[in-house]
Amino acid sequence: MTSAVAPPGELTAELRGFREVQRLAYECAEAVAAQLKPGVTEREAARMQREWLRERGVRDWFHLPFAWFGDRTAFVGFRIPLQFFPTNRRLEAGMPFILDLAPVHKGYTADIGYSGSLGLNPVQDKLLADLEAHRELILREVRERRPLREIYEDVDRLMVRQGYANRHRAYPFGVIAHKVDRVKERRWSPHLFGFGTQSLKGLASDAIHGHRDGWSPLWSPYKFSDHPPQPGLWAVEPHLGFRGTGAKFEEILVVTDSRDPEQSAFWLDDDLPHVRRWAEDK
Amino acid sequence: MTLQGARERWVRTGGVELCVAELGDEAQPTVVLVHGYPDSKEVWSEVAARLAERFHVVLYDVRGHGRSTAPRPLRGGFTLEKLTDDFLAVADAVSPDRPVHLVGHDWGSVQAWEFTTVKRTEGRIASFTSMSGPSLDHFGHWIKKRVSHPTPRRVGQLLGQGAKSWYVYLLHTPVLPELAWRGPLGTQWPKILRRLEKVPAGDYPTPSLPTDAAHGAWLYRDNVRARLRRPRTDAYAHAPVQLVTPLGDTFLSEKLCDELERWAPQLVRRTLPAKHWIPRTRPDQLTAWITEFVTAVEGGRPTPVTDGPYADRFGGQLVLVTGAGSGIGRATAFAFAEAGARVVAVDRDAESAARTAELSRLIGAPEAWAETVDVSDEQAMEKLAEKVAAEYGVVDVLVNNAGIGLSGSFFDTTTEDWRNVLDVNLWGVIHGCRLFGKQMTERGQGGHIVNTASAAAYLPSKALPAYSTSKAAVLMLSECLRAELAGQGIGVSAICPGFINTGITSTARFTGVDADEEKRRQKKSARLYGLRNYPPEKVADAVLRAVVRNQAVVPVTAEARGGRLMSRFTPRALRAIARMEPPL
Repeated sequence: MTSAVAPPGELTAELRGFREVQRLAYECAEAVAAQLKPGVTEREAARMQREWLRERGVRDWFHLPFAWFGDRTAFVGFRIPLQFFPTNRRLEAGMPFILDLAPVHKGYTADIGYSGSLGLNPVQDKLLADLEAHRELILREVRERRPLREIYEDVDRLMVRQGYANRHRAYPFGVIAHKVDRVKERRWSPHLFGFGTQSLKGLASDAIHGHRDGWSPLWSPYKFSDHPPQPGLWAVEPHLGFRGTGAKFEEILVVTDSRDPEQSAFWLDDDLPHVRRWAEDK
Repeated sequence: MTLQGARERWVRTGGVELCVAELGDEAQPTVVLVHGYPDSKEVWSEVAARLAERFHVVLYDVRGHGRSTAPRPLRGGFTLEKLTDDFLAVADAVSPDRPVHLVGHDWGSVQAWEFTTVKRTEGRIASFTSMSGPSLDHFGHWIKKRVSHPTPRRVGQLLGQGAKSWYVYLLHTPVLPELAWRGPLGTQWPKILRRLEKVPAGDYPTPSLPTDAAHGAWLYRDNVRARLRRPRTDAYAHAPVQLVTPLGDTFLSEKLCDELERWAPQLVRRTLPAKHWIPRTRPDQLTAWITEFVTAVEGGRPTPVTDGPYADRFGGQLVLVTGAGSGIGRATAFAFAEAGARVVAVDRDAESAARTAELSRLIGAPEAWAETVDVSDEQAMEKLAEKVAAEYGVVDVLVNNAGIGLSGSFFDTTTEDWRNVLDVNLWGVIHGCRLFGKQMTERGQGGHIVNTASAAAYLPSKALPAYSTSKAAVLMLSECLRAELAGQGIGVSAICPGFINTGITSTARFTGVDADEEKRRQKKSARLYGLRNYPPEKVADAVLRAVVRNQAVVPVTAEARGGRLMSRFTPRALRAIARMEPPL
C-alpha cells in the first residue's frame, strides 16, 4: 500500500477495507470458537472457519485457516513446517486452542490469530494478559523507527523476562510479522502449501523490490530485517509459549511515512477481542 | 511403651481383646493406622504424633501383637476374614458414624487391602494409603499372569520378587521362626534394623517384639498359600487409594504395583527413595502425603493428580532454587512446580523471583514463594535459612544454581573480579549446602542437594580462568559432600551444562576490555549461544532426573558429555583446545 495519511481519527477508504475484513475474520474466529466442544478435531475447526467465511463471500486466502489444540498451541516438538497443518487432535476440556486465519475479501487481506481455551485455563489467561505489554512495546518502538531486528530482540527480551519462550520463532523464517497487501481478485485462486498464490506473488515481489532497496517484507531476527519499519501493512503476531501452552494475537499494524509519531504507526483497529479483554480486566 | 498423650481403650471381638490408642481431636476425620510384621502399633509413633495435629488418629495392636491378646489356638486365628472383623470392631468403636481413613504399612497394608476390597466394609472406609504391602489377591493374579504367559521380562520379575520373598518361605517352616525370634534374632533385631534399614535408634522396636514376631508368623501361614493359590477375582477397591512405594525396599519389588490401576482406578502414586520401614525413617513425608490425600478426599476435591513426570516423587516436597529469576534456575523451579512441589524461588532480583513464584503456582505448585537474597551474602543466607525453616519447613531438594560469568585473561582479572565470581559461584553454593544441608541432616529424613557446576569445571580454557576455577571447586565440593552425606540418605548431584541459551552471556563480565568492547562481546556470545539454542528447560529436566536417580555428576549437552570423556581419556587434546582463542 502507498502512503495513507488519513485525517486524524479517520481512515482512508483503503484502510477501511482492510479493517472490515479483519473484523470479519475476528468475527469468524469468535463464532467458530463458540462452537468448539470436546471431541472437535483441529481439522474440523479449520473446516468450520473455511465454511463460515466462504458463506460470507471469501474466495481467496493469504493462508488457509489453521487450528492448534493443546500443546500444539506452543508448537511443542515442531520440526518441519508441515506440522503447522491441522491434525486429528481432539479438543478436551481445559485445553487451549489457537485459530489462525487469513482471508482475502474484496481484494483486502486480513491475517489474524485468536487464542482461547475450552473452559478455564489459568495459564493461557496469564499468557494472554501478558501479551498486552508486547502490543504496546511493538507500537512504541515502531514509532521510534527502531530497526525491526532490534524490536524483535526487545520483544524476545521481554518474553524471557516474563518467563516465556518465543514461539513465533517456529514460523517460517522465524517471523514476528510479515507484510500484507491488496491482492487481485481472480476467478480461480489456487493455493500452495496452504498459502494463496496471489498473496505469495505479492510477498515475492515485495521481497525482490525490498532486496534491492534494503528491506524485507518478513520481520525476522535475521540481518535482512536490520532496517527501520517500511511503510505498509504489517500483520504482527507475537506468540508466547509456556510449558505446553501457547497464546498469540495477530492483527494489522499500519506503518506510514508520516512525520507525526501518532500517524507514523498505529494499530488498524483497537476494537478487537484481545484488546477488549484487556480493557475489561482493568 | 505407650504413645505420648494417647487415650487407650479395649475392644473385645472374636475372642480377643484389642488394645486401641487414640490421639487428637475426635471431631476431626478419623485416620486408622495399621502396623505390619514384626511390629506393634508403636511403629507409627512418629507419624501418629504428627497426624494428631490435624486428625483423630487411631492405632491398634493387631491380634497377637503388642498388648492385644492372641487367639487360641493360633493356627487359623489370623485369617484375613478375622482381621477384617477386628478392623470393623475398632472402626465401629472409634468412629461409629463416619467412614475412616485407613493407612497400612507392610502386613498392615496387606490387611487393609483386604478391608478395602471386600463388600462388607463398603461405606466404612473413606480412603486408603498403602505402603509396602500388596493385596494377596492382586499378588496372586500378578504371579498367575507371569506364570501362565511367561516372557523373559515377566520371568525376570517373578524371579526377582521370588528372591526378595525369602523370609516368607522361612516363616512357613514350623517352630523354627518362633525359636529364632524368641532367641537370638529377637535380641539382634534392633541392631539389624539400625544397620541395614537405617531405622533411627530410640524406643522402637518395643520389648514385645519376640512375641509379636512369633505370633505374627501365623499371618503368613494362615493366608499366603491359600490366597496366592486361589486369589479372589473381585478384589476391587471401593475407596480411593494412595500408594506409597519406597524404592529401596528389600522385600518388595516395585514391579508388583505395575498393574494396580486395574484394581484401584484413580490410584495416586507416590515414590520415595527409602528402605522398607518408612514410618520410622520418613515420618514427615508420610504425614504430608497422608494429610494431603485425606484432606482432598474429605473436601470432595479430586485426589491430587500425579501424572506429570516425577509427580509421584516430588508432589508436596519443598524445593528451594537459587538464581531462580532466570535461565536454568527459573526453568528448574518450573519443572519442580509442574511435578507438584512447593517452590521457594530465590534471586537477588526481587521482581524476577516474584515472577517465577507466580508462574510456578499457575502450573501446579501448591505453594510458591519468592525470596530476594544475594547468595554471596552470608548473613542474608543465614536469615533466609531461618525463615524458610520456620515458615515453610525443611527443604527436601536444594538447588544451588545462582552463578555469574566472567571471561578474560588471568592477568586482566583483578582481585575484585576474582572475589565477585568466587563469592557468588562458590561461596553461594557453600552457604546453601552449609545452611540447608545442615537442616536436612538434623531432620534425618533424607533429601537432595543439586549444585549447578558447569562443563567449564573440567574443560580448561584460557578465556575463563576465574569462572572455570569456581565451577571446578563446586564440582569437587559436590563430590566430597556426596561422600559425607551418603550414609544419611541425602544425595548430592553436580550438574555440568555446556552452552545453554540463557541470560548469563548478556550479564557476564569481560575483563581487560573497555565498556563498548564488553558490550559487543556480550552480544556476540549471546548470539552464539542463541545459535547453539540449547534450552534451559532441558537442563531442568536433567536436574529432576539427577535427583530421582541420585546421579553424582551429570553433564548436559553433547559438548559437556564429549568434553567429560575427553578430560578422562585425551586430556592433552583438551589442553590444546584450551589454548585457542574463543571466536568473540
